[in-house]
Amino acid sequence: MKVTVLIPGVLRTATNGASHLDVDVPEPATLGAALDVLADTYPSLDRRLRDERAALRRYVNFYVNGEECRRLSGPATPLPAGAEIQILPSVAGG
Amino acid sequence: MTVVLAIGTRKGLWLARSDDRVTWQVDGPHHAMQEVYAVAFDTRADVRLLAGVASPHFGPGVSISDDLGATWEESSSPPISFPVDDAALERVWQLQPAPASQPGVVWAGTQPSALFKSTDGGRSFEFVEGLWNHPHRPEWDAGFGGQAIHTIVPDPSDPDRVLVAMSTGGVYRTADGGKSWEARNKGIKAYFLPDPWPEFGQCVHKVAQHPAEPSRFYAQNHHGVYRSDDGGDSWQSIAEGLPTDFGFAMVVHPHDPDTIFTFPIEADGRRFPPEGKCRVYRSRDAGGSWEALGNGLPDNFWTAVMRDAMCTDTAEVPGVYFGSRSGEVYASPDAGETWHQVAAHLPDVMSVRAAVIPT
Repeated sequence: MKVTVLIPGVLRTATNGASHLDVDVPEPATLGAALDVLADTYPSLDRRLRDERAALRRYVNFYVNGEECRRLSGPATPLPAGAEIQILPSVAGG
Repeated sequence: MTVVLAIGTRKGLWLARSDDRVTWQVDGPHHAMQEVYAVAFDTRADVRLLAGVASPHFGPGVSISDDLGATWEESSSPPISFPVDDAALERVWQLQPAPASQPGVVWAGTQPSALFKSTDGGRSFEFVEGLWNHPHRPEWDAGFGGQAIHTIVPDPSDPDRVLVAMSTGGVYRTADGGKSWEARNKGIKAYFLPDPWPEFGQCVHKVAQHPAEPSRFYAQNHHGVYRSDDGGDSWQSIAEGLPTDFGFAMVVHPHDPDTIFTFPIEADGRRFPPEGKCRVYRSRDAGGSWEALGNGLPDNFWTAVMRDAMCTDTAEVPGVYFGSRSGEVYASPDAGETWHQVAAHLPDVMSVRAAVIPT
């Protein structure tokens, strides 16, 4: 099942400059499964999004069709066909 | 002679260069907006610069430069990775190249408290399971800065012997290459615990050693300054003569095992230099007596120097360097006699290391 991942500018060095990535996710399609597929092609992107336990980094937000995944089911959030996953660093730091 | 000083801060790395250690050219930030708690020069072959970097958003890693910061290399897979279910790397606190007899070996100390070993110069690291599985580990506490192995002292000649230290955990030593570890805190006071003389749990801030005296260690503790003459088996106070026994840094002169430098801070509850005067203290008799060094250093210095924010270089007359939470960096070209400002208005300085670059 195909979904689209939107990459923020600050992480595009890890995607060879790509701002959109089309990802073919095996069923059952979840956010975590989409990130697993991305990790195979873009390991240096993955290590910035998730730690070695595949936990989402605390200050990176993942919006699934406009809803932050932590208000849904986190990495287990199901993805409808054609879903758009927008990755945005959260507002943090000083 | 050119000296390069790497300055790791809470928001990136700066590199300062000098031919006379009086006037400096500073460039940066490298790794902007990333914490650089650990920095190391590996001078065993060609000069390699290693930085433990951590983005508050995108996590920690190790970055390597073989051209003194012109370019940086970071592996696509995490160079340091916890192979256990109950921990993930939060921050690299220490990168320590082993002695020249072990080329390629670099140790890393991390938060949470664990030790990793690289045999490829810092590109990839293996988990030292023996320390992680130590029965004391569940009782190691997190200090204010986090629970971390912040100090690694490899023995100068025996690759199986390594000493590590952590805050609110104490000193541990292995003699079998990391398979087994013993707490080595006898004589170090833990005034903040109901039993002030426990086997472990001490809040050791830094341990230093000179390779010519491998059985002697110096320690700056969370209140307490100590020396061990028996490889860490026991510790004696060397705080007499200092204005206070609190502080973070402890550095040994590169050519004289009896000469040490520290930066006293008034107290746990008052983390400023005594009277707000920026002073390095030096002992030339292994802690028997101390002198304040302040020629060129300011008064009204209401800030502090962190555990890895002091170092020396290896020149014949060594330079001494430190940086502060207030982003000021000072250098002495003459082992502490006189001081010159290297940089000011940087972010909080967390780590400094210096290397003499062959020209």
